Formats: sequence, C-alpha cells, structure tokens
Amino acid sequence: MFDTETLADSLFSQVRAALDEHTILIGIHEGGAVILDYLLKRLDIDVVAASVDVSFHRDDFEIRGLAKNKQSTSIDVDINDRHVILVDDVVHSGRTARAAVNELFDFGRPQSVRLAVLVDRGERELPIEPQFVGGLVEVPRDKRIEVRLDENGGLVINVD
Amino acid sequence: MNNGIQMNADGTLRHLLSLENLPREVITEILDQAESFLSVGTRKAKKVPVLRGRSVFNLFFENSTRTRTTFEIAAKRLSADVVNLDIATSSQSKGESLLDLIDNLVAMQADMFVVRHSESGAAHMIAERVPEGVHVINAGAGSHSHPTQGLLDAFTIRHFKKDFNDLKVVIIGDVLHSRVARSQIQVLQALGVREVRVAGPKTLVPQTMKSMGVTVYNDVDLALDGVDVITALRLQNERMEASLIPTAQDFYQNYGLTKERLALADRDAIVMHPGPINRGVEIASEVADGAQSVILHQVTFGIAVRMAVMSLLVG
Repeated sequence: MFDTETLADSLFSQVRAALDEHTILIGIHEGGAVILDYLLKRLDIDVVAASVDVSFHRDDFEIRGLAKNKQSTSIDVDINDRHVILVDDVVHSGRTARAAVNELFDFGRPQSVRLAVLVDRGERELPIEPQFVGGLVEVPRDKRIEVRLDENGGLVINVD
Repeated sequence: MNNGIQMNADGTLRHLLSLENLPREVITEILDQAESFLSVGTRKAKKVPVLRGRSVFNLFFENSTRTRTTFEIAAKRLSADVVNLDIATSSQSKGESLLDLIDNLVAMQADMFVVRHSESGAAHMIAERVPEGVHVINAGAGSHSHPTQGLLDAFTIRHFKKDFNDLKVVIIGDVLHSRVARSQIQVLQALGVREVRVAGPKTLVPQTMKSMGVTVYNDVDLALDGVDVITALRLQNERMEASLIPTAQDFYQNYGLTKERLALADRDAIVMHPGPINRGVEIASEVADGAQSVILHQVTFGIAVRMAVMSLLVG
C-alpha cells in the first residue's frame, strides 16, 4: 500500500543533512523509537540519541488514563543549548509532539527543537509542523497507522 | 470485603482502602506505574501535570509526619494542590462529625482524600460517603492496614529481588499490632510469595497468626535462616507500657536485628524497615546503615508508589 522504502529514504537523507555534532536525536515512544533505531543503524556518524515517553504530558489522561507497560523517558545527556530533533513515526493532530516538547523541557532548555516523521497524515489540531517528513499519506480519520520493523530490520507500515 | 466499594464495575481502582482481595493485576499495574514515576524524582523539574488542578486533602486524624509528607510530595509532583488538615486540633475538637467534615470538603470541590485514622473503618466510611469522581486512599488505619506501605514494600522487594515465587521473607517484631506487617503479608501472598515468616515474642507474635498463612517463629535465629528479605518492625513504646515485653534492651537482646543475626540470612538478603527506626531496639545501627539495608530506598520508592496510586485512581 505504501512505498515504505521511499518514505524512509527521504526521511533519512533530510535528517542526515541536518545533523551536526550538537544534534541530539530523540525518539518518541513507541513508534518514534522504532524509526530512530532504523535511522541510527543507517547513519555513518556517531550521534547522541535518547527517547521520551509522553504519558505524563498527554492531554487525554482524563479519558484514557495512563498507558500500561510503557517505556520511560531516557535522557542521559544534558540537553541544554543542544539542537534536538524529535523523531516520530506519524504526525496527525500534533498532540503527541506537543506533549513530547513539554516532556523535553522538564530536562532543560534546548537551543532548538525540530520534528522528523516518517508519515504526515495531515489534519493538524495544533500549530505544529514537522521539519523533516518522509511523505504525506492520506488515511481515513478512523484508521490507525502503525509502523514497525520486520524480521529483516525493514520498516513496515500497517493501517487498520 | 472492600472490593465492592474499592473497585469500579470495569475492574479499575476507585479507592485504595485495603490490599485484602485486591487482584494481582491491579497490584502489578500499580508497581509498573510506580516504576515510571520513579524517574520523575530524578529530574531537575520534579513535576508532571497528571493531576493538575486537582485538590488532594490530607486528613490525618493521627499524627504521622512522614507518611503525610510522602503523600504531600507525591501529590505535588503530580501537580495537584494539596491541603493538609490536622484534624486533632481543628474541627473534631469543635464537635463536628467526621461525615459533616467530609461533606464540607466535598463542597469545596475536593477530588481526593488521603485518610489516616486510628479506626480501621474510617477510610471505608468516607469512601461510602463521597460522590462519584472523588477518591479515597487509606494512609494507615489502626492496627488493621496500611496499603500504600504494603505496596512500597512489594515494590522494594521486586526492585531488588525480581521474582517473588521463590522468596523467603521474614517480618520481625510486633507483628500482632502492625498494620505494616498485615499489609505486607497480604500483598506478598497476592504476588505469589510462598514463604512468609513472622518472628517475635509470643505476646507479639502468637501462634494464632498461622491462620494468615504465615509460619510463626518465636525464635528469631531460626526464622532468619536462609531468608532473602527481612523486615524489622518498629517497636512502639505502648507495648512496653502494656507489659507485652519486659524492656527495650531485653527485646534487642532476644529479637533485635544485629549484624550476627543478619549473617544467618542469605548473603544477599535485603533489610527493610517502615521507619522511623529505633536504633538499638529492633535493629542495630550498623545493620540499619549497612550495605544490605534498603530502608532509605523504601522512602524514595514510597513516593513513586503513592504517585502511581493517585494517578490510577483518577485516570
């Protein structure tokens, strides 16, 4: 259904071009961490990586409660004055990215924060735009997009 | 007995009143959530907005600075507004009934009550009174229960020992009057610990405790043999006043957790204590401060566990 290779290649080359020694790549659990792993494996330079969990900053806690069995935020580096690229699988309403920025600022004051996503499915509800996008994808509003790695380490996009 | 009021129809927790009959999945969920809240305490900004705008009332009918403080910190790290009511010196002396007090606080839009009371039924009674959407946590009731302490004990054991099934656990001291012991026994049994021992003098650890599914020892040296987890309970002065034990020195000599006694346990055994400790009564200083002691970890973990309970009740 999707040309995942093309999306991933496009995202990779955009992110690669933006990297320098001050950059930190931070994956958003769960999907963003998968994309980040994929990017890191292909990178030819060493880059500092970390991950954030957005549960504590979600705006739908009252409706959904806390997520179960989630991974915690893991930021072992000083993010002050660094250039952060948040990595996620999909951007939709923009609410996850908002929560991720809040989580990030609990750890310091980065110099800049940009957003990299494999898939942009549009329909934003907040003034948030990704700077690096694998591609635009149209999916009916009630469908979920899930990105995972297959057994060979390739990216797979499921819609259900 | 509490599950009717303690749980919502969908199996989620509405109040935390007792660990009795609390399903294992709920206990595990609390411990898992606590794990993620643990990291909040290590951040520079030790605050997450999970309970932002909520009002938590600490109702302490009985003094306990430490427990009140940890609940207060937990609520504040979740961004709730916390009001501490020292009931002994306020409304009760004016003759206001407990339920009138609760009605007034509900009218002030309280979202959660943290209740410490000498009577085991108080938190239960408040839980029956409050409207939907208001939650009650039992922060220690008489000699009956202290659920968040039991949960933090379980969290501490899981942190250091991983698997519960093959653990040998011993609780030493005034088990009979201890809500800490009772709650720890309940939570460990729910989590699958097969061997819980209790040890102390006959007056404080009677043989009738066998009915709780524990092994009773009046010889503490035998009880310590090969155990993985040791909890020394605080010896209350009232017990000596009631002549249940002769003197503190005598208790220390016969039941105190000394370095020599600790050597009878597994070499990787951990030492726990609910605090505040009586050095040289139930535990030797060198043990309380020693490498096997996890007493201060319990304090840190206690905040994360209370954060987990509060957010699960509301979420």
